[in-house]
Amino acid sequence: MRIAGKGLIDRDSVLNFTFNNKLYQGFEGDTLASALLANDQMLIGRSFKYHRPRGIMTAGSEEPNGLVTVQRGRTQEPNTRATVQQLYEGLVARPQNAWPSLKYDFLGINDLLSPFLAAGFYYKTFMWPKAFWERVYEPIIRRAAGLGELAEAYDHDLYEKAFAHCDVLVIGAGPSGLMAAITAARAGLDVILADESNRLGGRLLSEVEEVDGVTGRIWADAILVELARLSNVRIMTNTTVTGAYDQGTYGALERVAHHMHLSPEGLPLETFWRIAARKAVLCAGALERQIAFPNNDRPGIMTASAMRTYLNRYGVSPGQKIAIFGNNSDAHRTARDFVEAGVEVVAMIDCRQEVLAIGNYTVYAGAEVVGTSGRLGLKAVTIRHNGALKTIECDALGVSGGWNPSVHLTCHMNGRPVWNKDIASFVPQDGAVPGLSVAGAAAGEMSTTGALAQGYAMAQAIARDLGKRPKSFDLPLASEGPYEITPFWDVDGKGRAWLDFQNDVTTKDIKQAAQENFRSVEHMKRYTTQGMATDQGKNSNVNALAVLADATGRGIPETGTTTFRPPYIPVAMAALGAGGHAKGFAPERFLTSDAATQELKAPMIEAGLWYRPSYFPQLGETHWRQSCDREAKMVRKTVGICDVSTLGKIDIQGPDAAEFLDFLYINSVASLKVGKVRYGLMLREDGHVMDDGTCARLGEHYYLITTTTAAAGQVMRHMDFVHQALRSDLDVSFTSVTEHWAQFAVAGPAARDLLNGILTHTITDKTFPFMGCGAVQVGGVDGRLFRISFSGEHAYELAVPAGYGDSLFRLLLDQAAGMGGGPYGMEALNVLRIEKGFITHAEIDGRTTAFDIGMAQMISDKKDCIGKTMAARPGLIGPERDQLVGLKPVDAIKKIIPGAHLFETGAEPIRQNDQGYVTSMCYSPTIKSFIAQAFLRDGRNRIGQTIKMVEHLSGVSTLCEVCDPVFFDPEGGRLRG
Amino acid sequence: MRIECPLCGSRDRREFYYAGHASALERPDPAASAEIWDNYLHIRENLAGVTNDLWHHETGCGAWLVVTRDTVSHAVLLARLAKRDKK
Repeated sequence: MRIAGKGLIDRDSVLNFTFNNKLYQGFEGDTLASALLANDQMLIGRSFKYHRPRGIMTAGSEEPNGLVTVQRGRTQEPNTRATVQQLYEGLVARPQNAWPSLKYDFLGINDLLSPFLAAGFYYKTFMWPKAFWERVYEPIIRRAAGLGELAEAYDHDLYEKAFAHCDVLVIGAGPSGLMAAITAARAGLDVILADESNRLGGRLLSEVEEVDGVTGRIWADAILVELARLSNVRIMTNTTVTGAYDQGTYGALERVAHHMHLSPEGLPLETFWRIAARKAVLCAGALERQIAFPNNDRPGIMTASAMRTYLNRYGVSPGQKIAIFGNNSDAHRTARDFVEAGVEVVAMIDCRQEVLAIGNYTVYAGAEVVGTSGRLGLKAVTIRHNGALKTIECDALGVSGGWNPSVHLTCHMNGRPVWNKDIASFVPQDGAVPGLSVAGAAAGEMSTTGALAQGYAMAQAIARDLGKRPKSFDLPLASEGPYEITPFWDVDGKGRAWLDFQNDVTTKDIKQAAQENFRSVEHMKRYTTQGMATDQGKNSNVNALAVLADATGRGIPETGTTTFRPPYIPVAMAALGAGGHAKGFAPERFLTSDAATQELKAPMIEAGLWYRPSYFPQLGETHWRQSCDREAKMVRKTVGICDVSTLGKIDIQGPDAAEFLDFLYINSVASLKVGKVRYGLMLREDGHVMDDGTCARLGEHYYLITTTTAAAGQVMRHMDFVHQALRSDLDVSFTSVTEHWAQFAVAGPAARDLLNGILTHTITDKTFPFMGCGAVQVGGVDGRLFRISFSGEHAYELAVPAGYGDSLFRLLLDQAAGMGGGPYGMEALNVLRIEKGFITHAEIDGRTTAFDIGMAQMISDKKDCIGKTMAARPGLIGPERDQLVGLKPVDAIKKIIPGAHLFETGAEPIRQNDQGYVTSMCYSPTIKSFIAQAFLRDGRNRIGQTIKMVEHLSGVSTLCEVCDPVFFDPEGGRLRG
Repeated sequence: MRIECPLCGSRDRREFYYAGHASALERPDPAASAEIWDNYLHIRENLAGVTNDLWHHETGCGAWLVVTRDTVSHAVLLARLAKRDKK
């Protein structure tokens, strides 16, 4: 119910929302949880294992029970914590884990079966018979398992990733965080202040105590006003810092649009931040823990501090008759606040003997809650007091077992928290994360005055560390009593006492784990699933290990904690992977001829990130092979045009350029004359082929080399390494110019005629002989011409600055059309190169050597080069190697399949008899046969023999003749024609 | 993880390409024994502690760096250019 005059909500702004198909109203400033509680909706969902009725337990991101599915346009988001979800007009939420309805849940039967479903049940039960696992057990378990359901539709929501940098990252904007932020900001540091909530203030928003003579939230607002005015401060609300990583990197999840019904176009739902901070201050506060007592999980039972939050921040009382159960002084603040708000407080049950009331309420000192009743919501508690049982009617119970400092981030780099017996909690280990200091409740400082002082001191120290001279100023004081606690974890009694509400782990499960010798805290965790739900044990881990410590006769420090790992809260994969799907995963690279190519309706294929034309279909062609055959024949007969700009191009200049290239290529480059091009092969240092390409000498100290499309990046990196790390004595500079030039192959007997139709100056065999290169002009544009051929024809590659690529491609096609020629695509290009025995990365796949591809004789004996020594080592040369050969089918079956393996004709086609494998295959319209390239054991000595190709996947077996890899024009007469 | 590139300053590790131990800088003489070449190419220590690695600032300045870091604490102790003065 709402309490008049309380809360930071805007009662003039009414918001309509739906939960469980029922309409409700809340106010601006509410969370879904506070609005539901205001409407006396205590039952929110069903628990994971026993399907127990559950209600709201906390008021923050640690919430284990209040998980709902929010329907938002086309998306449904399961496991949304109602305590974090800001209310908006039109919000639609559904309960989870309940069928057919929240009130009558079928799997509630699990609760009755609970004696059989205790820890280890799955491990013990589903062992036999073995065959049952896959067919019977797993499907049943899978159907019952999991929290919430995904929409199983495409996620249309936008997620983003972003990077931020600062001097100081302040994590949490409670008293210590605000103090740290303002201190660092006043010292002139760049500050990022991140807080989970939509409003800064932390616990100050939930308390009535004063800071600096005014209510805490008013003090917080004043600090906020000052922070907001400073240009060196960035305030990030709705942002949870999720992890601490190396060198001051922090992950943070910003919930950008979760509080909107329909977000504006382009606004992401969430942004995942990577924040690089020189220093950070963890001011994450503390989380209140439960006490395990029989049936402590009924709707209406929550933490005492959450009750206070609902009252003071949201103006909501979760009940009309409030009881509090605690072991510390802080719990009394809840009793006091509710009394002062005019809500009936029926009992303050304190297990300590010496208790001082701070308000007008009934205290049961030395008492404990031993039972509760109320199936769908709390109706009464039974307490043991002075040796007698007493039942007290109440509809809400606030529980406080003490506070656990939020040490999580300090453990993300292997830090282990240490036990502090004064507050009966773990506190952070000093220096657990380099550059991260901890202040306030997160450091175990439970008083607000102390938290303010720590925030100030940490920020002052950081400012001095970073070379500032911060001015000192007076610290504000807070009004509050001291924090006193007597450790108390669980109540002995009849009935199950819950620890982990989300995974339904009870004290009995922990004791059973200990009994079955799962005594290590890590073993206990895995055996019972304690702390393995989406709240990661924030509400229950410390209690569970206290129970384990007791059951194993050890102390809590000796028992130790499990490891906290990132992320601090659940993070959607979509947020972590933002920008990394679809085109973000694989950007598209388009040729300058792309538009013209698309106009010709050429199907495109991917070559790395590039899109290249597969073939150019003509009217009447119904199959790619028709187009491919025509294009291949066209190049052999007249002239073809192909965009080859995707090849890597590296511009190399300097007095030592020749020596540098000599060290990279196996063959000599220094001997290349200006105006000539040479084929070159590069090895890795281990003797295997890295890449091949051409090397053109444009001037005395000026080279341009090409790489294959696939290896362009690798070769550039390799050249950087060789130059900087091995040969920094050489005076040479180089840079990638791949995208600076559009380059087109003009191939075929009519190539020169075509070029002479468009070049400013006519070329001849004398000015541009085979493997010649030089400057040309085309349409007033300076270009380069290379007489090189990947087709075996009289061919050129003409390059112009990329901006002229589109017009040059169109011009070349116009010229070709008048000569019976035209464009050709990747399919025909592949046919032409296989006919000539030229290789691609299908052949030089990282496992082959220069010897394997028949180029060992290219390795110059006059110089050293990368890979030379190892290329000569035993095992990389000799008859035991698989060597490049050609294949041609000789029998009725003509099918050759790349990837298929080769066997002796009489041998059984098994691995032990393997003789090699097929790498490339095509139909050659010139040879009028299928032809292939393959690597065959000692292949060069087996030319003319018959070998059997077997492909087990499709069951194809083909007899092939082993041929020289060059099928067409072996003398190369056409190249020079 | 962040690396202090001597040319560009502190940068996120996503800008770098990792290429193994810095012993790759000590290329043996072409005539060195097979064992020396085998060690150079294939044999690596798997240290728990301070190690020197090669990182390429591939999406930055293109410099190859020798990064000294601790594989236990993940501390990055030093990053220097792999390029040495002219011999």
